Amino acid sequence: MLKDITIGQYFPGHSVLHRLDPRMKILLTIGYIVMLFTVSNPLGLGVGILFLIFAYAISKIPPKMITKSLKPVIPIIIFTTLLNMFFVKGDPLVDWWIFHISRQGLLTAVVMTIRIICLIAGTSLLTYTTSPITLTDGLERLMKPLKKIHFPVHELSMMMTIALRFIPTLIEETDKIMNAQKARGADLESGGVIQRAKALVPILIPLFVSAFRRADELALAMECRCYRGDVGRTRMKQLHYSWQDGVAAAVTVLCIGMVVVVNIFAPVVF
Amino acid sequence: MSVIKTEHLTHTYSQGTSYERAAISDINLEIEAGKMIGIIGHTGSGKSTLIQHFNGLLRPTEGKIYVDGEDIWEKPKEIRKVRFRVGLVFQYPEYQLFEDTVYQDIAFGPKNMGLSEEEIDRRVKEAALFVGLKDDQMEKSPFELSGGQKRRVAIAGVIAMSPEVLILDEPTAGLDPKGRDRILGQILEYHQEQKKTILLVSHSMEDVAKYTEQVLVMNHSRVDMFDDVEQVFSRSKEIEAMGLAVPQVSRVFLSLREKGWPVPQNVYTVERAKEALERIMQQGGKAHA
Ligand SMILES: Nc1ncnc2c1ncn2[C@@H]1O[C@H](COP(=O)(O)OP(=O)(O)OP(=O)(O)O)[C@@H](O)[C@H]1O
Ligand SMILES: [Mg+2]
Repeated sequence: MLKDITIGQYFPGHSVLHRLDPRMKILLTIGYIVMLFTVSNPLGLGVGILFLIFAYAISKIPPKMITKSLKPVIPIIIFTTLLNMFFVKGDPLVDWWIFHISRQGLLTAVVMTIRIICLIAGTSLLTYTTSPITLTDGLERLMKPLKKIHFPVHELSMMMTIALRFIPTLIEETDKIMNAQKARGADLESGGVIQRAKALVPILIPLFVSAFRRADELALAMECRCYRGDVGRTRMKQLHYSWQDGVAAAVTVLCIGMVVVVNIFAPVVF
Repeated sequence: MSVIKTEHLTHTYSQGTSYERAAISDINLEIEAGKMIGIIGHTGSGKSTLIQHFNGLLRPTEGKIYVDGEDIWEKPKEIRKVRFRVGLVFQYPEYQLFEDTVYQDIAFGPKNMGLSEEEIDRRVKEAALFVGLKDDQMEKSPFELSGGQKRRVAIAGVIAMSPEVLILDEPTAGLDPKGRDRILGQILEYHQEQKKTILLVSHSMEDVAKYTEQVLVMNHSRVDMFDDVEQVFSRSKEIEAMGLAVPQVSRVFLSLREKGWPVPQNVYTVERAKEALERIMQQGGKAHA
């Protein structure tokens, strides 16, 4: 059950998308998201959807992973859809009791839903094809200019790397502790809210104790290997842009360009 | 009558995904009450998976488990009761301690059983005595103790529930030889005094040979042998073929036999080895005289 969590899940593979430079992937993903939310015409939205389908196809990520990544945001999607449907004013379509649905409202709801789905599917594609370590590495490099204003870029990315690294470990440990307490007769499944919250104590305390112990050990191990933060640190794996990154950028820019042209010349629909 | 019985017990982790694999398959066992049994097998052979079925922590994907003749999954709601009858001490159990004091931590199990205050107090003190915890340690925080002491608190926490069957998953992992002998000695004492069934998972053949009466050998998710210690270690060749070690003395005597010495086949502890060697030396001495 706990093992089903898929935050930042990485799908190892050898597709072109897997091999792209993480910085390029992050930038292109941002570009794609901006495009999604500026598009004002069905034609442009169609281009965006096709682009995403194309990207998933060459990444060889099984399509059922899209639905898996969408599952946790279904409530948000339903909420925004309903909100848009009932509260955007315009030409009335349905006017019954307290329900007023307008043509514009329905349109906005549909477009918004498509946008959110594309947004989640697009960013999931980024995490599916990029290992967490590479991803934070790319982020660190991209945010490097912020160091000029004393923003702790390296520290933040190190924190992210460590957090991502320890999520599976902690999940496994939680499972183990739960089993150990169940073996001593702990009742985790029945009772009211308060009783259930109380039943968590025997799990949370050992979990925290061991998380702190791990943190201590990790800090010591890093210190023993002379980790001093960012100062004078070099990398084993240097990031390099390759011709594939160029091609990916060109394709994405072409797609965004098409959407811009459509936005300018085609009638504004939403 | 057998305390624990399994029929075609099979467990597959992550069923229905690409990671699917059977951790144990088609296990048919009958464990007699009152025995002290060692469980050995190479890493990943399914020992921990098997024992977690005995107290209902894992539900079999196929097959049945009977405790005292009752199918434990007949009423899934009552599975908690099985856990009081079959106590399980996990590997590195010291990481499950959480209460303010050692006393309270040992009392966690008995409290969950819904016993009376006096009964809990009696059980806690008895369990502490069994594992050799001193009175002045009972009011300490469990986090102040040494690793070996924590381990004993954790074991006492399960013994305090007074289970009919006590299962321990590598209780001596990471302890020094003295600590190992002390903990195993105390478990043996508990077994002898209370006549409880004990299952001991161990990677140390010496410990298994020294402390247990029967041995269960797991190999590639199946039970390969389940017999008296003597019988099992007389098949040293097969055990070594599985990639497991046999007690060092066994190996010495095996090579002695191969070299044509008239030594018995069932030597697996140092004491027996001594006896056997003395006998030979006496006979040898007579021959020379
Ligand atoms: N929670 C789990 N999820 C998926 N697979 C598991 C899980 N626990 C164990 N396995 C797999 O089941 C198999 C048997 O594991 P098990 O822990 O029972 O072995 P073991 O005999 O106890 O090994 P060890 O001597 O290392 O403790 C292994 O291949 C392991 O990878
Ligand atoms: Mg194990």
